[in-house]
Amino acid sequence: MIAEARLAAVDAPGSVGASHKIHARLDGVTRVYPPRAGHGEVHALGPISFELRAGEFFSVVGPSGCGKSTLLDVLAGLAVPSAGTVEFEGKRVLGEVPDGVGVVFQEDASFPWLTVEDNVAFGLRRSGVDPAEIKRRVDFAIGFMALGDFRRAYPSQLSGGMRQRVCIARTLVLQPRLILLDEPFGALDQQTRLLMGDELLRLWRETSATVLLITHALDEANLLSDRIGVMSARPGRFIDIVETGWPRERDSRLAEGPDFGAVTARLWSFLRAESLRAMGQGSKQGSAPR
Amino acid sequence: MKKATWIRTVVLVGAVGALEIACRTGAIPATMIIAPSAMVVAVVKLLQSDDIGAHIEQTLSAVAIAMSLAIVFGFVIGFILNWVPFLRRAFSPFLAAYYAIPHFAFYPLLIVIFGLGSTPLIVLATVFAMVAMILATMAGLDRVPRVLLKTARIHRLSLLDEIWRVRLPAAAPHLLSGLKLAVAYSFIGVIAGEFILSTSGIGHEIAYSYDNFDNPRMYALILFVLTIVTTFNMAVYAYERRLMRRRGA
Amino acid sequence: MSMTALRSFRDPILVAVSLVVLWQVLHHIAGDVAVTAPAPTLAHLWEMIGQARFVPHLRETGLAFLQALAIACGGGILLGVVLGGHKLTGEVAEPILVGLYSLPKITLYPVILLMFGLGMPAKVAFGALHGIIPVVLFTMNAVRNVNRTYLRTGRVLRLTPAQTAWHILIPATLPEIFSGLRIGFSLTLLGTMLGELFASQRGLGFLLMTAIDLNDVKTILAIAVLISAFAVICNAVLLAIDKHLHRGAAPEITGK
Repeated sequence: MIAEARLAAVDAPGSVGASHKIHARLDGVTRVYPPRAGHGEVHALGPISFELRAGEFFSVVGPSGCGKSTLLDVLAGLAVPSAGTVEFEGKRVLGEVPDGVGVVFQEDASFPWLTVEDNVAFGLRRSGVDPAEIKRRVDFAIGFMALGDFRRAYPSQLSGGMRQRVCIARTLVLQPRLILLDEPFGALDQQTRLLMGDELLRLWRETSATVLLITHALDEANLLSDRIGVMSARPGRFIDIVETGWPRERDSRLAEGPDFGAVTARLWSFLRAESLRAMGQGSKQGSAPR
Repeated sequence: MKKATWIRTVVLVGAVGALEIACRTGAIPATMIIAPSAMVVAVVKLLQSDDIGAHIEQTLSAVAIAMSLAIVFGFVIGFILNWVPFLRRAFSPFLAAYYAIPHFAFYPLLIVIFGLGSTPLIVLATVFAMVAMILATMAGLDRVPRVLLKTARIHRLSLLDEIWRVRLPAAAPHLLSGLKLAVAYSFIGVIAGEFILSTSGIGHEIAYSYDNFDNPRMYALILFVLTIVTTFNMAVYAYERRLMRRRGA
Repeated sequence: MSMTALRSFRDPILVAVSLVVLWQVLHHIAGDVAVTAPAPTLAHLWEMIGQARFVPHLRETGLAFLQALAIACGGGILLGVVLGGHKLTGEVAEPILVGLYSLPKITLYPVILLMFGLGMPAKVAFGALHGIIPVVLFTMNAVRNVNRTYLRTGRVLRLTPAQTAWHILIPATLPEIFSGLRIGFSLTLLGTMLGELFASQRGLGFLLMTAIDLNDVKTILAIAVLISAFAVICNAVLLAIDKHLHRGAAPEITGK
């Protein structure tokens, strides 16, 4: 519905060998925070180089404070890299959010003064889309995220999971080609997380968008992703990129399979040492400024 | 009706009733406080008298102008101070101490600059009320969640749109408290100015009645002012409640 | 760290210096009739403070202010603890207090005068009336918002009520209560000064009114500077303590 036309155009990940289309590229990106009160200079990220393939589901895991969120900010154009270049669809990203990129945050970013409907329509109304089309897309996104009964409700009347759906719907209506999610389910309980994960997979399949998910939950990354980047302690770099090889049609029942544990184990084997290092850093310098 | 609201109503009605009885029985002499019922009668008589209209008009229009100016300038200045950390650091100690400064000492200076009449009073009240709005604006803008500003950037809002669609509504509860204080301080500024330095207006009439032991008239004027302020505040409060209910606070 | 500390002193001093410059400029525009120049005014203030007849006025104002402050702080904390500790009473009282907070209390001053008579008690009452409400409101909220987990921790550690109060309640509520006291300080000073401006026979406010009647600009400005400087300096100290007390709290979020 949202992007039927593009469905065919994008290669299903896993089905094609080395000829992946590159959707976004980071090249030698670092991010260094200047010294501030109580802090020296903080080298938060990189140098990091990697390519995001068109249509893939890519997750980033790493110890806390390793610069995962900084990576997302740089990719979204919310932060400027201190060195290196960021490209999206062949164009450089320079301190501005490029057209076609949608972001969902961990914190509740729904506007408390707008109804669900107005929240979802927020971006569209600013972009000069005609009202009939706005209504069509909003109706679709609200239906897709199962918010139909809450159109006129305010976020305060919804649970945390429902509010996060509102934020996802608000991103969805803009028909992003790259969706960045910064621990979107971090504040939710485990059951809700799993169900939201299934919905995210459905959204990914039906929109054919490229998805980059930041998470601290290894199972979640494993379950959802085609590839998983494991980051080191600060300054964050990729120490491993794991290909899961899961079929495109998948959901949380994947966790019952025999291969699932092996992937999680491999992720943890890399991450354990880094997490210990990060804890040591934490006690010495405090966490990186966000 | 909620239990607390019910008790509150009983308490307030009881207090007024007790005052009424105390005054009627002479436990409180009429030279000190007159009975609430007598105050209401006096207000009606006051509003029917011919000479009061001009005073009321003078005071209320001065307050209205001062309040509007204070709200607009207070918001703009608060916004700028919030935006520029250097200015904020520099002015914060002065803003915090502001209401302890005897503003009326500067009244003679204002008369020299603006001449006699209501202008110096309006300027005095504006300058007096503005800082409440500045502080409220800064407090409100400080508490705009960062994630909402990031969301604004993702939707590529223009600066004006970001202010209008995100910062302002997010700061609205604080701005409303600032608004209420700006009203109170505008009244304080104008009425205190009229008390000591003017020959007309409600403030002067209150002082004049006090000096002439005309308690009914004095209480009528006081009740009149307090009723207007309370009515205004209750309207803002009702709007605030609606806003907060939506936001679940 | 020292860099920031330095700046937090430097910037307000810059503003103070610009204010003096502005004052000087105003003097040049408006002339001695409206604004005396900074240097002669300060010299006049110095001379005034040295005079024996000035001291009783200063004492009167100082005493009125201190008494009002004691009532506002002591009474405010006491009331606030009661209202914060007892939920229903707090719910009944809060809207009344908020309503009173945003009333122009100046209109009530004649009533205070009728009740307390001319002189010290009326000033004290008026000052305390201004200062007490923010103290009550802040204290009430502080007591209400004490994290229940702290109290449960206290019970797990089997603290006595006195130990709970000393080791948990006071440290948990102190920062908020102090913020209330800081605002109460400013408003008490405002109330006391307002009280002295009308129907007063002694005190700095009385001197100010006399000077206004005589159009003695130099004295007007000297007293205004004296009170303003007192207010600003006390507030700066209180603000520094306030910040220190809040150091453990969540860092301020700046809208950027």
